Amino acid sequence: MRLAALLSLVAAPALADNTIIVQSTTSTQNSGLYDYLLPLFSDATGITAHVVAVGTGQALKNAENCDGDVLLVHAKPAEEAFVAAGFGKARFDVMYNDFIIVGPEADPAHIAGGQDAVAALTAIAADQALFASRGDDSGTNKAELALWAAAGIDAQAASGTWYKELGAGMGETLNAAVGMGAYTISDRATWASFGNKGDFAVDVEGDPALFNQYGVIVVDQTHCPMVNHAGAVAFQDWLLSDAGQTAIAAFRIDGAQVFYPNAN
Amino acid sequence: MQDFGQAFSQAFALVAGGDPDFLQVVGLSLRVSLSAVALACAIGIPLGAALATLRFPGRGIISLFASAAMGLPPVVVGLALYMAFSRTGPLGPLGLLYTPKLMILAQTILVTPIVTALSQAAVTELVREYDETLRAMHASRFDRIGTLLWEGRPALLTVMLAGMGRAFAEVGAVMIVGGNINHVTRVMTTAIALETSRGELALALALGLVLLALSLTLNGAVMILRRPEPELAHGN
Repeated sequence: MRLAALLSLVAAPALADNTIIVQSTTSTQNSGLYDYLLPLFSDATGITAHVVAVGTGQALKNAENCDGDVLLVHAKPAEEAFVAAGFGKARFDVMYNDFIIVGPEADPAHIAGGQDAVAALTAIAADQALFASRGDDSGTNKAELALWAAAGIDAQAASGTWYKELGAGMGETLNAAVGMGAYTISDRATWASFGNKGDFAVDVEGDPALFNQYGVIVVDQTHCPMVNHAGAVAFQDWLLSDAGQTAIAAFRIDGAQVFYPNAN
Repeated sequence: MQDFGQAFSQAFALVAGGDPDFLQVVGLSLRVSLSAVALACAIGIPLGAALATLRFPGRGIISLFASAAMGLPPVVVGLALYMAFSRTGPLGPLGLLYTPKLMILAQTILVTPIVTALSQAAVTELVREYDETLRAMHASRFDRIGTLLWEGRPALLTVMLAGMGRAFAEVGAVMIVGGNINHVTRVMTTAIALETSRGELALALALGLVLLALSLTLNGAVMILRRPEPELAHGN
């Protein structure tokens, strides 16, 4: 094709030095956290952060391919594996919130008001009530699968019947769950900012097993020589600084706090 | 659902409000898609005309591939370009991932087969009408192609519009290679996907209505361009 010739015309140097690419998750983007946080970061450091919001699995894969300078994701075991494989320098806790189980007002599995996630999933499976899974290897999906494992239920064996694997982002999964009246697990931030709740409400919350930790990882410079390492470190340091942690705590959706800073 | 009426009022509010973020998204959509269509026409129209008028080795294969590639799923094109232009990919050093330039390339790849195949069909039709006359006039091969393309302007404008439709509607490729980065690579279709995922269905639909209005405007403009010589479209 003539496109090869075209490429040499449009080839340009990589993004300028004062920008970084953050590979991150849809939950942080959809909640509006970045719209609030990034201007503050930019004011403090003069660095512009470009956020690519995908599922945690894809974010880790993109970063492994060196297509990001820094990660802000939420699947601690996968993040630790990423660092152990030499793709990232180190992983630091940034903030947390929690997962919640949401469902239709009719509540066919009678789980509303519960605080035990495993018990709720067991009830959903026993009743064969519809359940919408992300099915996309995201942080939320990984957390959901861990809960099914803890319940001793092979939900994926029921895939296509009452257990629906959507292979979609959190928002699309919530849209589908509301559309078909299925229970699902969401992170609290996406749920709080979600605009299409229908008659859905939070059924289960407050279980320690629903804890949702976000971490930051600077992509390793040896593995990826082209990354903007200084910019990535500045982003990490700012998130972990008093200024960054205070900013995270001050973020509100409809007056409610949805991210809790917990850097060491 | 209850959101349809709301979508219309939000669409008007978006257009009337002139919010700079919104205008930036519209501007980038136009820049990416119109650039891609221009490049696709620059490649596809001469290629289609050559396929219609010349006999050369590989002609059938190219023709077949152009035709088949009209059905390329955008997400596959996006994925292939991501793998090629990822920093660790063979073309990574060009630094084009997550830039509008790579989005233009992706849409060019999607639109070129459409323009090529439809141009070939349009010029083949014209050859039937005009070729004997041109041969009788002893026009050279390239003069013949030039004349055919000139006479085929209305048909080729339709070809261009078909290509533009593909570029405007496409979300899978630009989402992957652009990354839907706010203020950098966010276009109308990726903004619609984002608002859908945020459950802001009325706003997402409103953006869709604005996209439809843009498409109507462009198509209308092209229709007016074509009007002076309508009889050329049907020569018999």
